[in-house]
Amino acid sequence: MTATLTIDAMLTTPGDAFVAAMPAPEAVVEITALTAKQIAAAADREAQTQLAVRRRRERLASLVQSIVPGLVGILIFLLLWQGLTHVATQIPGPAKVWDSAVKLFSDPFYRKGPNDQGIGWNILASLQRVGLGFGLAALVGIPAGFMIGRFEYLNRMTSPIISLLRPVSPLAWLPIGLMVFKAANPAAIWVIFICSIWPMIINTATGVQRIPQDYLNVARVLNLSEWKVFTKILFPAVLPYMLTGVKLSIGVAWLVIVAAEMLTGGVGIGFWLWDEWNNLVVEHIIIAIFTIGLVGLLLEQALIWIAKRFQFD
Amino acid sequence: MSNPFHLVVDNVDKRFNTKQGEFIAIRDINLRVQRGEFTALIGHSGCGKSTLLNLIAGLDVATNGVLVCAGREISGPGPDRGVVFQNHSLLPWLTCFDNVYLAVERVFSSTEKKPQLAARTEAALKMVGLTHAMHKHPNEISGGMKQRVGIARALSIEPAVLLLDEPFGALDALTRAHLQDELLRIVADTKSTVVMVTHDVDEAVLLSDKIVMMTNGPSATIGEILDVQLPRPRDRLELAENTDYHHYRKAVVEFLYSKQKKAA
Repeated sequence: MTATLTIDAMLTTPGDAFVAAMPAPEAVVEITALTAKQIAAAADREAQTQLAVRRRRERLASLVQSIVPGLVGILIFLLLWQGLTHVATQIPGPAKVWDSAVKLFSDPFYRKGPNDQGIGWNILASLQRVGLGFGLAALVGIPAGFMIGRFEYLNRMTSPIISLLRPVSPLAWLPIGLMVFKAANPAAIWVIFICSIWPMIINTATGVQRIPQDYLNVARVLNLSEWKVFTKILFPAVLPYMLTGVKLSIGVAWLVIVAAEMLTGGVGIGFWLWDEWNNLVVEHIIIAIFTIGLVGLLLEQALIWIAKRFQFD
Repeated sequence: MSNPFHLVVDNVDKRFNTKQGEFIAIRDINLRVQRGEFTALIGHSGCGKSTLLNLIAGLDVATNGVLVCAGREISGPGPDRGVVFQNHSLLPWLTCFDNVYLAVERVFSSTEKKPQLAARTEAALKMVGLTHAMHKHPNEISGGMKQRVGIARALSIEPAVLLLDEPFGALDALTRAHLQDELLRIVADTKSTVVMVTHDVDEAVLLSDKIVMMTNGPSATIGEILDVQLPRPRDRLELAENTDYHHYRKAVVEFLYSKQKKAA
């Protein structure tokens, strides 16, 4: 087939018609050479497609390998759960919870009075509290961390207080918040603030203390202004540490908000969970648990993604 | 009255206070460097050669004595002295261009506009042969290239004195030789005054006009000063057969390994 193609191509060249009809010896050689070249090219293409197919297969295999164990784990988990429902009959099985979740998430944003709102509103309310408390903590904690890291005296001054207060359970701060703010919502935000401030202070301060002396020497030999030192050296060098602090803080804040909302009430995923316990809708409690887990996972993944973008080494 | 010497170190001592009491790092250091001269400080590790360089850089303050650079007493670090550190010390979050630009901006931004500053930065990187890698980050280039950026940064600010602290110590032998040749060319082109700390005898003889040999620490001082009168431009291959070169090399080796033998 390739040979015919070559002759066809030669026929199109004007004045060469007779050559095609009765090929001269050198033309024959040319044709064979061309054909050989084309066959080689075709074989090459063939090999390349085969290679591509094999690569795709390998990639698929590695994807399967990375996903399968997780799927197997989930399957075993679901089976155990199903098995548990036969022993503890008050716990609904996976299928029942799934049906209930589909119903719940098909209308996440409805409002029927202050105590009956869609799950979407509840999640958003919790996220808003976490965002506010966490944002305020970042606003105070990160600059404080910079100061503590930069000035040794301040570090020694604050370290006993931080060491003392850091291990306190965040919920222990709730009564203080209720007393000062005389309202549940600011008290919950206060609890988030106080629990998420420590990792940010400590990690930022550590980052400042661990800036390689080499970078500071660069600043010194160039006599850079304080502003340049901060923007070009201090801040970028501390950023990875700071983001670690932020990640830890977000994790703690999301852990604590559920507990705080159970105590304070209002709208929020923690409160909703408690409310469903009072209503004895066990499916919803389980849905709440998975929802809390999922949101926490997403928050953490988002921060890991951000942190990766600022990794230089 | 201007001093004929570009860099003067006069009766300098440096002592550190440690837990075991006072530690005398270097003492009675007297050194004169002329404009355009290449001086190497050589000695065994712990002889205080880096301490002396830090004093000249202004990163440390001398306990006694005076240091004068280009007619001004050294009281701290400043951009009249360009420093190339042993481990390149580039900021990893800035590109090569931005690393150099940071220095250029500091020194020239009061008198020049952005395009001129950028042109200076580009010229400095071109001088070390890194135009193609200008917009790469330090983690994307080799160790030798990083050190070139370090040299570009130090020279971009047109310092009165260029200070090199074992700049090629962390590089492999071939890269080191290549960078030494580059440095010879750059110093010839820019007519820089250079003080370089090294522990490599061949490097010292190849590059220097003057080799300052230091005695062993603690309480180290200058043992001998060797004038290297090899003609410039110098070529590594030609020097290999030059008898003077071997004579100088032998003098340094003798000082280091027989007069200042270091107990391992």
